[in-house]
Amino acid sequence: MSELKVKTMEAFMAEGKQPEILFWVGSAGSFDDRAKKISRAFVKLLNKANVDFAVLGTEESCTGDVAKRAGNEFLFQMQAMMNIEVLNGYEIKRIVTCDPHSFNTIKNEYPELGGNYEILHHTQYLKELMDAGRLQIEGETFKGKRITFHDPCYLGRANSVFEAPRQALEKTNATLVEMKRHKRTALCCGAGGAQMFKEPEKGDMDINVMRTQDALETNPDIIATGCPYCNTMMTDGIKAHEKEDKVTVLDVAELLANS
Amino acid sequence: MTYLPNVLFAVVLIAAIGYFAKNVGRLRRNINLGKDVDVSDNRKERWQNMVRIALGQSKMVVRPVAGLLHIIVYVGFIIINIEVLEIIIDGLLGTHRVFAPLGAAYDFLIGSFEILAFLVIVSVVAFWIRRNVIKLRRFLKPEMKGWPKKDGNLILYIELVLMLLFLTMNAADYQLQQLGAEHYTKAGAFPVSQFMAQLMEGMSISSLVILERAAWWLHIVGILFFLNYLYFSKHLHILLAFPNTFYGRVTPKGKFKNLEAVTAEVKLMLDPNADPFAAPAEDAAEPDKFGASDVRDLNWVQLLNAYTCTECGRCTDECPANQTGKKLSPRKIMMDTRDRLEEVGKNMDQDKGEFKDDGKQLLDDYITREELWACTTCNACVEACPVSIDPLSIIMDMRQYLVMEQSAAPTELNNMMSNIENNGAPWPYNQMDRLNWVNE
Ligand code: SF4
Ligand code: SF4
Repeated sequence: MSELKVKTMEAFMAEGKQPEILFWVGSAGSFDDRAKKISRAFVKLLNKANVDFAVLGTEESCTGDVAKRAGNEFLFQMQAMMNIEVLNGYEIKRIVTCDPHSFNTIKNEYPELGGNYEILHHTQYLKELMDAGRLQIEGETFKGKRITFHDPCYLGRANSVFEAPRQALEKTNATLVEMKRHKRTALCCGAGGAQMFKEPEKGDMDINVMRTQDALETNPDIIATGCPYCNTMMTDGIKAHEKEDKVTVLDVAELLANS
Repeated sequence: MTYLPNVLFAVVLIAAIGYFAKNVGRLRRNINLGKDVDVSDNRKERWQNMVRIALGQSKMVVRPVAGLLHIIVYVGFIIINIEVLEIIIDGLLGTHRVFAPLGAAYDFLIGSFEILAFLVIVSVVAFWIRRNVIKLRRFLKPEMKGWPKKDGNLILYIELVLMLLFLTMNAADYQLQQLGAEHYTKAGAFPVSQFMAQLMEGMSISSLVILERAAWWLHIVGILFFLNYLYFSKHLHILLAFPNTFYGRVTPKGKFKNLEAVTAEVKLMLDPNADPFAAPAEDAAEPDKFGASDVRDLNWVQLLNAYTCTECGRCTDECPANQTGKKLSPRKIMMDTRDRLEEVGKNMDQDKGEFKDDGKQLLDDYITREELWACTTCNACVEACPVSIDPLSIIMDMRQYLVMEQSAAPTELNNMMSNIENNGAPWPYNQMDRLNWVNE
């Protein structure tokens, strides 16, 4: 793979410069093997569009979102305020992230704690770059393929961002097919509310298996996601349905990076 | 003697309204047991929500069949109430059809009431079939056993009987008008009841008068009974849907509230210059408890939510946990909250407004931990609710109590949280490796 150009905020500071935007990688994007690929794909696109971006690197810490949804308000606010201190210290104005959970908490829960930034989901930012003509997508690889997009709860229902990921996907020249429940009524993948980190309660089915069923009903070649956790959940769901050789699960950034 | 009916009517009316007022007082008191919450923001948007969601029923039509039927019953209910005004004036003054001088307008009104009454009957029958014959999944959940199921059907029976009485009264009136009976001046149009009147062919004037009076009395007494039934029923939503949609969420659904008491504490901990022995500031007084284990730990909007819930189950129907067989049902969260609040209220009534510890609480005695931990915080329930109820906020407050007061999170979550504490990520990776992904 070609070398990625990634510069830390510390390096920008040393040069006395400000980046156009800060890429908030998030814990999953930094450590989870599957999600790291999404971070890399996104950076590949940023490099391609010549975006002058920074990351916090080792100065970034968990947003605290998952602690908050687990009920630990104390841990959440500790994390949030430490992050805000770092972000404010660097005078960050604009942030982009591939994780809707980070997106949501920074957008909605950080301001009251003193963190006021403009935050974008990566699909929104990619759309912005493409609209501005900074990022060109050839749209060859996935031409004619059937793609269905799974709305992440914390991007869609929670923050009413429905169009950006779909518009970004259009650039791949694939055929977009919608699941029966989509946008406001999309079914959760099962990962939110800290479920990602625990076994589900007793029931008769796993939520991700049910959601993957929704997706499979559209007869897709690819399930597109916009969240690292959804990605894991849908990938596991595909395995449960034994469809791994027919259907792949890819993030919108990965789809665009390979188009 | 001739004034006897008027007096009797006034007594019945005053008694009914008095009892209703008493229960409204109880309702207010119970809702105010909740903690205070500031809802003075976004006035304009709140009014708009109320008009759109409660008055305009915008969320009902998401499910077109139920939505249409509901709108018919709702419009019918509101409009036919104009007729109740006439009935009350007639009852008090001893007049008969006091609005009759309106002439053509009156004919139009009575005619439309009749058509609406007929449509309401059709809708109510359809609703009954949905509940009892088609057996829709959402009406069969465990929390619907017993009273909730009976309540749902009772409401339909009462509405049916009221409409039939209204039409019978009109039919008899129409027949009396045809016969030129004294007092029964020709007034009104009877597009529906004229067919019922055919069944009364051949009845004497005196028996028709008895029939008309009986239907008139039963109808108005029935309405007053229904008014007083509301407090004990899920049907309370016809009143509370309005304030509830007004006070409902006006921020993005993903925004969960930050606990202010925690903010003060965290600031102190992170501030290297803070004097650890300084007396805490007045406004940062430590709350007696974090999160909620009982109804009085919730805020009053959440308690208003509980009384507003009409048990339609749209939330539960959309809940991913419930759909996959978990115990969690957001409707049950709301029903449990109301039941417990009623229990607390009754406890207070018994002892002049003092609450005597009954050894019970909302947590465990009503809502189990298993339910609380099954939630994915996906907001599907909040999105689905036609009257802006937020079951998720109660689930979150109770989780907060479990974690912050009892350290009773599932083990895996405790591991996840100590990872965040120790190395800034929910997994056990070293913070110093955060940028390794670039070169992998
Ligand atoms: S937020 Fe929780 S209770 Fe509501 S629908 Fe989602 S999983 Fe169910
Ligand atoms: S909370 Fe709302 S959607 Fe759920 S049962 Fe009550 S009224 Fe219906």
